[in-house]
Amino acid sequence: MLAMNYRGPYRVRVDRKPVPVCEHVQDAVVRVTRTCICGSDLHLYHGLVPDTRVGMTFGHEFIGVVEEVGSQVGNLSVGDHVIVPFNIACGQCHFCRQGLFGNCHEANPQASALGGIFGYSHTAGGYDGGQAEYVRVPYADIGPCKIPSTMDLDDAVLLTDVVPTGYQAAEMAGIQPGDTVVVFGAGPVGIMAARCAWLFGAGRVIVIDHIDYRLDFARTYCPAEVYNFRSMDDPVVFLKKTTDSLGADVCIDAVGGDAAGSALHTLLGTKLKLEAGAATALHWAINSVKKGGVVSIVGVYGPTGNLIPIGNVVNKGITIRANQASVKRLLPRLIEHIEAGRLNPKALITHKVPLEEIADAYHIFSAKLDGCIKPVLVPPSARG
Amino acid sequence: MRNLPIDPSKIPGWGADANPENDPTYPMRDRSRDDKGGMNWPRPPQQRQTVEILQSIERNNLTAVFGTSTPPSGVSGAMRRQAFKYSESEWAHWLMLMAADRVNVVEGLVQDFGRGTVPNIPAEMGFRSELQHNRAGLVRKAAVSGAVLALGVLAFRLLSSKDGSRHTRRRGG
Repeated sequence: MLAMNYRGPYRVRVDRKPVPVCEHVQDAVVRVTRTCICGSDLHLYHGLVPDTRVGMTFGHEFIGVVEEVGSQVGNLSVGDHVIVPFNIACGQCHFCRQGLFGNCHEANPQASALGGIFGYSHTAGGYDGGQAEYVRVPYADIGPCKIPSTMDLDDAVLLTDVVPTGYQAAEMAGIQPGDTVVVFGAGPVGIMAARCAWLFGAGRVIVIDHIDYRLDFARTYCPAEVYNFRSMDDPVVFLKKTTDSLGADVCIDAVGGDAAGSALHTLLGTKLKLEAGAATALHWAINSVKKGGVVSIVGVYGPTGNLIPIGNVVNKGITIRANQASVKRLLPRLIEHIEAGRLNPKALITHKVPLEEIADAYHIFSAKLDGCIKPVLVPPSARG
Repeated sequence: MRNLPIDPSKIPGWGADANPENDPTYPMRDRSRDDKGGMNWPRPPQQRQTVEILQSIERNNLTAVFGTSTPPSGVSGAMRRQAFKYSESEWAHWLMLMAADRVNVVEGLVQDFGRGTVPNIPAEMGFRSELQHNRAGLVRKAAVSGAVLALGVLAFRLLSSKDGSRHTRRRGG
């Protein structure tokens, strides 16, 4: 089969690999019909995530048709077209039982802090991912969800990560009616977080980034007030001034370790790797939120440490909430929102690229060329 | 010093102000299904181990399932095995893994050449899309790289000729 092959930072290609098989009685093998490149794949692509091995296949956002099931799979049948959440969850451990499907303790032997994620380095379990024609899906009875017959496949593929992560960012923020919400990052997840902030009753939504075409998109899609931080002397002062000098009720970090905007964080975090990524957005979020406010983090950082103003977290009485999205928990509600027309995820897709052209797709997304917001890869068998 | 077990219910005032409504983790965590136990859930069947799996020393067992992609091998594999002697809390663990990743890139090139394949690195880096969508940027990058290279060559030549003339003078004198 054709599959993405990581060769080192900024280098990927498509090669032939063996078709995966069921390695466990609760596995399924899925033929991929749509797969995305996620903003967090760029952290791998840029060499920021430890234990990213040459030869691995990335991809944690994919949908596909079930081709084979293990002997203990009862909920899925061959031929079912399924949404596969990006996190691998057993459904019965201490954490899954509490709805923390993003924190399963039975899917990742390499780390105790992080659960299992498809195609996201050995730090996330060492699973090959979905940027391929076929993928092995463990615990097939737990995570995968059949795609409703009326749902567009382009909407479905964004339910694997982008929509639930954006939604959970807003949910974790505990937004109360009338709250001012600032979202750092106008990537797909930030845009979705800003869109979902309204679902929780936000009174004002502000999006901060430095890419104008993405801000333009967010302005109309979310809709939101948008600002380019390159046009400001100091984004924190700007945000204080625009919120009666008190700060926002809620700040959402939808950027993570690849942030721009601070030479110090960029040098330490992305160039020298002495921080677990550049924590610029998180730094700004902590300093821009109101005393007693909430900072919600869905941006991805590495496992070591970051320079952030933790003293201000204490002095301002900030609540920080963060997690990998619990996709399985959120899917029923999000499907309702899409079917009711309240969310339109597929509008985020700007590029549909054949799987064979993956190197170009990664470069376009990483370098933010050609107005790219969300690239979707389509394997040959799904192109009809 | 050995710690003694503590029964919180015996502590005067324990839970007096407990308020389940004041739960900042809700709805992410459904505490009604928290059995307060440890690792006592009915475990899924164990996946058969067919490749080497490096396991965090913070875990007490192998997870029921695991990925079998790209098992550790070569010099990078040896480095990864060393890294897994440290906990996730130690910088050494992560820095050794990052170093192993860089060594692994060189191993990947060797592996390609060993198979008789010359990797098309410009294609792997998406050069075609850069040419198509950012030609001006590409020209700028090429000009800057060319200038830096030319300056480097010039500096090297200057230094070499100074060394050479000093050498010649010494020999001549």
